Amino acid sequence: MTINEIQDELIDEFSMFGDWMEKYEYIIQLGKELPLIKEEYKQPENLIRGCQAQVWLHADFQDGRVHFTADSDAIITKGLVSMVVRVLSGHTAEEIINSELYFVDKIGLREHLSVTRSNGLLAMIKQMKIYALAHQAKAN
Amino acid sequence: MSTDIMVAPSTLDIQQIRKDFPILQTTVYGKPLIYFDNGATAQKPWAVLKAIEDYYTHLNSNVHRGVHHLSQKATDAYEASRRKIAAFLNARHDHEVIFTKGTTDAINLVAYSFGKQFVKEGDTIIISAMEHHSNIVPWQIMCEDRKAHLKVIPINEKGELKMDDFSALLDKTVKLIAVAYVSNTLGTINPVKEIIGQAHQHNIPVLLDAAQAVQHIPVDVQDLDVDFLVFSGHKIYGPTGIGILYGKEEWLNQMPPYQGGGSMIKQVTLEKTTYHDLPFRFEAGTPNIEACICLGTAIDYVTNIGIPAIQQYEHELLEYATEKLSVIDKLRIIGTAAQKSGVLSFIVEGVHPYDVGVLLDKLGIAVRTGHHCTQPLMECFGIPGTVRVSFAFYNTKEEIDQLAAGVTRAVAMLT
Repeated sequence: MTINEIQDELIDEFSMFGDWMEKYEYIIQLGKELPLIKEEYKQPENLIRGCQAQVWLHADFQDGRVHFTADSDAIITKGLVSMVVRVLSGHTAEEIINSELYFVDKIGLREHLSVTRSNGLLAMIKQMKIYALAHQAKAN
Repeated sequence: MSTDIMVAPSTLDIQQIRKDFPILQTTVYGKPLIYFDNGATAQKPWAVLKAIEDYYTHLNSNVHRGVHHLSQKATDAYEASRRKIAAFLNARHDHEVIFTKGTTDAINLVAYSFGKQFVKEGDTIIISAMEHHSNIVPWQIMCEDRKAHLKVIPINEKGELKMDDFSALLDKTVKLIAVAYVSNTLGTINPVKEIIGQAHQHNIPVLLDAAQAVQHIPVDVQDLDVDFLVFSGHKIYGPTGIGILYGKEEWLNQMPPYQGGGSMIKQVTLEKTTYHDLPFRFEAGTPNIEACICLGTAIDYVTNIGIPAIQQYEHELLEYATEKLSVIDKLRIIGTAAQKSGVLSFIVEGVHPYDVGVLLDKLGIAVRTGHHCTQPLMECFGIPGTVRVSFAFYNTKEEIDQLAAGVTRAVAMLT
């Protein structure tokens, strides 16, 4: 599936939910299901800055594609992170760099993209694109 | 928990008071707003909102500068506000009250100006482990600049200052002690009279960060004999962008100006400039005139209700909230000092405070989560942050019931 197809799938899943609490129950569930980052990658250099919660992000480059694993000590953050990983992981560097993540807004979670200190979703998406760019530069 | 407060039930008509605050009628995600983030900023009563409009409609003019009618009226209102605030604090002189941009600005002023005049290489400044960053960083900057040492009064597991350790820190090198009157994260009311008493025995001045005190408990600067006291307008139901530095004239008169510019001068030539007397020496440039005047309005509003009545009612809220939240499984209150005011911080074992805050938000309940600008304090407790509930006199026990139900529901979802 393309990045946008995955985004549309997520938007579809969330359209089933009536109120906020249902949405967050689902996000929490997704957070619990996120494949965990290997312990050895939970290092300060892998921390995303700009979060109230801690978020670790690791990128692997295999078969011309970038694969992400991540973790957070806050469950909701973990749920949000798991969605971004689901959308972006396993694609080429170019696809990731050129992607536009509209699903967060469409799901109604736009506040998580705000520039308050409380969340690092924006910072994480930025970091993922930086990793993709770095891998692309190395490959060329 | 403080026990030396009158035990008769509060006489405040809270429902009437709530009508004074229009924002309390707001709904959030379709639910009534329950605002428990007063420690971050307080809401404004109609009296203050109208005073702001009134200022710009009828009074707006630059102060201390003009001969015309409006400028005179504006200046009168501005100085009347200063007098009100001086009376509110029971300062000896009006000119001991300086208008600043806020608490942070006021502390930076003292750190810079006092530091320049009095602090030399090898000197010491004392702060505490529970301080807000605004009462840490300006001192760090000044100490680095002056090559002085910053020493820290430690706290115990209840969030109280270790007073024996404090006493041991007092020596000839200490030039100033800067400490919170009430902790913004823990709610601890510090034994400030004791601190000032001991400090003065060593001829050391004390600065009190009263940003979380003036709106909750009576503050009398002469009774405290405090040397400097600072607070923010927006936390005492006044506008943002205004704060107060109170300083004994004996100290302020010896301190060089902080910012240069208009208003703070007597005479300017290209060779040399002479400075104005107190308070203007520390009020450079056009001030936030409307905020200065309307802070006076906010002080009037609060004084009419009466700080002792507010103190008693908020004490009831704090006790009630403590009781309702303590029974929640795995919930731990952070900050269990014997004397507390205005604030209840907690964590739930195995749950990140951020998660709780997000879910409470969706229920219309506004709390603050995180380190509350007290990262060193979080390190002392070994936690990433807390959920902080901070009260005002327009909060109710019904709101606390909703809070407790919300926290219970959030924890169930998150575990």
